Amino acid sequence: MYAVAADRVWKYFGDYPALRGADLHVKKGACLALLGRNGAGKTTLLRILARLSRPSKGEIQVAGQLGYLGHGIGVYDDLSALENLILFGELQGLANPAEAAREALERVGLTRVKDGMAREFSRGMRQRLAVARAFLHHPDILLLDEPFTSLDDKAVAVLQTLLAEALAGGATIIMSTHQIREAMELATHVALLERGKVVYAGERTAEMLADPGWLYRTHGESPA
Amino acid sequence: MTGGIRAAISIAKKDLRTEFRTKESINASASFALVILVLFSFAFDIAREEFYAISGGLLWLVYSFAGAMIVNRSFARELPNDCLDVLIASPVPAWSIFLGKAVAAFVLLLCVELLSLPVFGLFYNIRWLGVFWPLFAIMMLATWGITVVGAGLSALTVNVRLRELMLPALLYPLLIPVLIAAMQLTTALLGSDPVNLATDSEMRLLLVFDIVYTSLAMYLIEFILVL
Amino acid sequence: MREKFTYALGLGGLLLMIYNLHTIFTVLPDEAQQGAIGRMLFIHVPAAIAAYLFYTIAVVSSIAFLIRRNFAWDSLAVACVEVGTVFTFVNLVTGSLWGHVIWGIWWAWDARMTTQLMCFLLYLGYLLLRPAVSEPTQRGVMSAILAIFAFADIPIVIMAIRIKDIRTQHPSPVLETGGLDPTWWPPFLIGIVALALIGSALMLVRLHQETSQREMDSLRRELHAI
Repeated sequence: MYAVAADRVWKYFGDYPALRGADLHVKKGACLALLGRNGAGKTTLLRILARLSRPSKGEIQVAGQLGYLGHGIGVYDDLSALENLILFGELQGLANPAEAAREALERVGLTRVKDGMAREFSRGMRQRLAVARAFLHHPDILLLDEPFTSLDDKAVAVLQTLLAEALAGGATIIMSTHQIREAMELATHVALLERGKVVYAGERTAEMLADPGWLYRTHGESPA
Repeated sequence: MTGGIRAAISIAKKDLRTEFRTKESINASASFALVILVLFSFAFDIAREEFYAISGGLLWLVYSFAGAMIVNRSFARELPNDCLDVLIASPVPAWSIFLGKAVAAFVLLLCVELLSLPVFGLFYNIRWLGVFWPLFAIMMLATWGITVVGAGLSALTVNVRLRELMLPALLYPLLIPVLIAAMQLTTALLGSDPVNLATDSEMRLLLVFDIVYTSLAMYLIEFILVL
Repeated sequence: MREKFTYALGLGGLLLMIYNLHTIFTVLPDEAQQGAIGRMLFIHVPAAIAAYLFYTIAVVSSIAFLIRRNFAWDSLAVACVEVGTVFTFVNLVTGSLWGHVIWGIWWAWDARMTTQLMCFLLYLGYLLLRPAVSEPTQRGVMSAILAIFAFADIPIVIMAIRIKDIRTQHPSPVLETGGLDPTWWPPFLIGIVALALIGSALMLVRLHQETSQREMDSLRRELHAI
């Protein structure tokens, strides 16, 4: 029923609980904006959902293929853009990695520099390549950790287009973010993570769109 | 299973391609091997007959130093841009990632070894051409032992402080059996002692070591990479 | 309660050791070939046996940690490795002293002592790795895997050195040939038990220290999080 389900997830780093019984249920086709202050546990939760980390307690269910975009861009500096995407296509088990790579490069507008080394790209180009990598295999579920952070306007536009396309194609998206405005435009649902617990989860309302800080004020802890 | 092997091959090819483009570890490793070879020549008086007795030991000392430098980079090269996370998050099984990297390190170390061998023969007046193929067999087995344990430790220490110091300190004690066997066999071969590789117990030891540690590493890598 | 038990264990071991030493030094005659230094056997060999005992507990504990992720197993593993390493060191030192008296050299590269030296280096690496990792789960997992790697190497090293047939000046292994004087067996076995008891007491002390340290670290983190 749910595309992504996290039930009573705890994650300990040593004896410190970064996640304290986090519950998250995301329906297929939804776009969830995961909000929360730094240290609330957003990255930890996303990493667990992406299977990069084991939960100390609790169950995770993910129905479908994953695409993950974390803090690092996740491309090799010493391979060309095309080589990078062909490699990741092969690792995703695609039937025709070269074809998929070319198509992905076109969608992000990097076809002209397909044979350039990733290390020579500008920051915005590298980010677009990272986005191409995450969307390469048309995943059913996308997990994005603060994807809009330090993107230039061109990259933001590309990402928003790709996200909208993915949603239209039936993908499920979970994205953690501080850039509330960009996220709220795309989001169908929001969740607020505070000290390792999901303190609010529900549909995105017009109120939230108009005043993105509203959620923090009403459901979050008051600043110390 | 075959998907895993194919992914391992892709990863091995990627490692080798980036390495041959930048030549970062192969240059450092090969230069280091050459420097050590030269330095050791000052340590010993290379009177022919006596020297053959330590030839195998010397060669494998050089190879193990070169090996430590190569395996050090093995998983460390995945750290920039968080590429390791992407690999782990992909459908590729953990053993596949490990196998690909171990194979790449194996190929690189073997290249450095093959480059150093003629130099060794030249500087120390050691005849090795006549016994090249048996020597190569020993190199294959012992080098795999070095790289499989080395790649495992590389994954283990990838996020640890002082990785460059920690990895050799952990690696060499574990490799003692491999080095003993390789040194003994090499000395015997170079000194024209009769060695029947098919029945030799030291070859069997190398084989046992390789099988034990390949299995252990492939099984345990899951725990190392997904904490 | 726990402390009383630990003290009892340690005291018991110590008393046993003292009783044993009394027997060794006053009751038994000098060994025919080696003279007085032959009595070193009663510490040298039991130390090695005790070390292997603790290394075995350590590897079992490490595997348990990987499966259960309960930090008690991790603490047990590190305590056992430390005690085992200390006993290995005792074995090396007593062996060296013995060699110096008998053969006039401080270190003979014979099969057994080389194996022991290698064990010492392996587990020293384990003890070096732990402080280099600050995050407890990561540290526990890495130590566990290193303990497994190290333990797997011990039989292979024994095989390697046996094949290499290093100058075997080491006195023939008494446990295998059974060539030990019958009157020597009781103190020998008691020696093993005594060292095991003392080792267990030390291990429990270390275990308690590890547990307390973990609690403090987690409290500190909680405090920072507020």
